[in-house]
Amino acid sequence: MVDSLYNESNADLLNIEIKLLMEGVFLRYGYDFRNYSKAHIKRRVLHRLGISTLSSVSRLQDLVLRDREFFIEFLDDLSINVTEMFRDPEFFKSLREKIIPKLKTYPYFKIWVAGCSTGEEVYSLSILLKEEGLLERCQIYATDFSRKVLEIAKEGVYQKNIIEQFETNYRLSGGKGKLSDYYKSRYGSVIFEKELTNKIVFADHNLVTDTVFADVNLILCRNVLIYFEKSLQDKVIGLFCESLVPSGILCLGTKESIKFSMYEKLFEIIDEKSRIFKKRIG
Amino acid sequence: MYKAIVIGTSYGGPDALKIILPRLSIGFPVPVIIVLHIGDHSNEVFIDYMNSICPLEVKEAESNEKIREGFIYFAPPNYHLLIESDFTFSLTTDQKHNFSRPSIDILFESAAWAYSQSLIGVVLTGANSDGAAGLKMIRDFGGMAIIQNPCSAISPAMPRAALKIARPEVRLRLEEIPDKLIELVGFNKKNSEMF
Ligand SMILES: C[S@@+](CC[C@H](N)C(=O)[O-])C[C@H]1O[C@@H](n2cnc3c(N)ncnc32)[C@H](O)[C@@H]1O
Repeated sequence: MVDSLYNESNADLLNIEIKLLMEGVFLRYGYDFRNYSKAHIKRRVLHRLGISTLSSVSRLQDLVLRDREFFIEFLDDLSINVTEMFRDPEFFKSLREKIIPKLKTYPYFKIWVAGCSTGEEVYSLSILLKEEGLLERCQIYATDFSRKVLEIAKEGVYQKNIIEQFETNYRLSGGKGKLSDYYKSRYGSVIFEKELTNKIVFADHNLVTDTVFADVNLILCRNVLIYFEKSLQDKVIGLFCESLVPSGILCLGTKESIKFSMYEKLFEIIDEKSRIFKKRIG
Repeated sequence: MYKAIVIGTSYGGPDALKIILPRLSIGFPVPVIIVLHIGDHSNEVFIDYMNSICPLEVKEAESNEKIREGFIYFAPPNYHLLIESDFTFSLTTDQKHNFSRPSIDILFESAAWAYSQSLIGVVLTGANSDGAAGLKMIRDFGGMAIIQNPCSAISPAMPRAALKIARPEVRLRLEEIPDKLIELVGFNKKNSEMF
């Protein structure tokens, strides 16, 4: 077990090995985890060791660097894909009340959902836009660096047993109908209407290593930055700032903020609690 | 020299903390970091209340925040709280652990990596076994493990599990815990009042 492999006497060794592993992953595969939260990465790496028969992080590195398929699996270990529909209903409510009226004044607009995971968030957004009569006027980019979650997102098929929670969130978020208006049940699963995805382009995009999207009116990037160290958070907020049109809107997760970021001054706060910010003009 | 205290509790936790935390007075030389299972809802009201009865400042731990001595931090509901080796906080929305998010084990384990033997871990009343593995790790790393005596706990399951797995050196009634903490961190009230 893990705790017999590493303990307080070789804690430094563990840190060195993890650092080398992340460097190796970057050089070999281009995925850059070097500025992710160290405590989080350590936990995930030790978890992988714990369920394997490998005796050290160095041995794990050997496998990760040489075996691409194993790396893909390891990539899963490192990323957290936990998500839900209308997560933080208050946020969606605020979006509906404070941002939608503004979008209604545009003939056409672009939205970027960064770190969309298995799609629940972007389907929620589509439903909201449809109810507000805006779905036909927009283009949505839903991106993630994990191809695996993007495949699930494209399908829009979820387990039936979690739908009740989604229903509750939907109601709390100020939904205008019933969530079941948007999906069909089949064999313990629910399948969301294809119409909801008409305006969505799902794409592989890495926030750390890929470039900006041009002239976006609204960005949702929620519960992604919490995994980043401050320097990397700053970098990615800079990327968002560049991608947004003047007066464009940035929405972060409820425990994420531009407070203390070097870009803080470039945004004004629309909703402090729901973490909705507006890019200043000029 | 101890540099931090971590506390985990669930059922009965608010009442237990009301007995312990107000006894830690201004100048207390280490941070106190707490996971309380309180459900998915905001703990704003609870934190406000604790602030009104505690001399130390009580707040919710924020992502990337520098951990400061003399502060009492609570994990936000629905997030795991981790401690980085540069003594800042991280949050994650990882799967629940022991049916809990935040999980006591996850806080305790990351705290053990960060503080090693300079850490005090405390498991109080609670209805599951979260915290037992984390407390064992604190102990294995040379830190101090304390539990509330299960017989005196509103819900004995959690300290009992910790007792079985971590074999903590100190088992106390709730009322005895503040003095023990004060003694362990070498906090001499008279000294601090001289400044
Ligand atoms: C916890 S999920 C958040 C899902 C959704 N936004 C929500 O709030 O429910 C985090 C997602 O960010 C993705 N992610 C992490 N690092 C990334 C990066 N560098 N570039 C793009 N996506 C990333 C992960 O693959 C994961 O799907």
